[in-house]
Amino acid sequence: MAIEVRIPTILRTYTDGERVVDGAGSTVTELIDQLEADHAGIKERLIENGEARRFVNIYVNDEDIRFTGGLGTAVSDGDTVVILPAVAGGSVSRFTS
Amino acid sequence: MLTIDRATHDAIIAHARRDHPDEACGVVAGPIGSDVPARHVPMLNAAMSPTFYEFDSGDLLALYREMDDRDEEPVVIYHSHTATEAYPSRTDVNLAGEPGAHYVLVSTRDGAHEAGPVDFRSYRIVDGEVTEEEVRVVDAYTDAVPTAPSQQKAEH
Repeated sequence: MAIEVRIPTILRTYTDGERVVDGAGSTVTELIDQLEADHAGIKERLIENGEARRFVNIYVNDEDIRFTGGLGTAVSDGDTVVILPAVAGGSVSRFTS
Repeated sequence: MLTIDRATHDAIIAHARRDHPDEACGVVAGPIGSDVPARHVPMLNAAMSPTFYEFDSGDLLALYREMDDRDEEPVVIYHSHTATEAYPSRTDVNLAGEPGAHYVLVSTRDGAHEAGPVDFRSYRIVDGEVTEEEVRVVDAYTDAVPTAPSQQKAEH
């Protein structure tokens, strides 16, 4: 059994259009490294300066990893990981470089 | 072009007025591939700000799960600007994460109250490129879109 990773539309260019891919690893960091090995380029869309990007949400079994230890959150076979871009914006520029 | 029914169009404007001076936000979901905005889902602006909006991360997950279960996608993603024009800001463009969606901007700058004018404009935002598109408001969708009773969650 693997870890099920659900890929949002905007990142499916890295997964040949696949909505769901298999992942592996014992933490979210390792999972993302494995994703990068299988789908080159995707890591940079998830991680910035060693941190999870502010406007990308990653959930392990429905829990936002911000509340469960961030990239160090444990994962194991049978878990479901969902990646969703934040839906956000606003009239004044901030949080963006 | 965005084709949207009048009831949904008016509901988005009502939502924007209600939340003024904070920015209001939400989606209109529709069957995948249909390009028909059929089910209005007003969302909580977790930022509760006059200059920023963000869906709460838990609400976001619940919304996408619900759309998945119903074979829907976000056809329209809308938010309001409450002191500026209905045009995507740099932040809006940088954070636009649904290349298939119509991004609707509503400005309540001059029309926070019932009589005032409210701008309602629609854009495509793909790879940082903004393209405005025509908005066509119709009384009803002619192609018999199933408008199932809405089960949208209550607004917070």
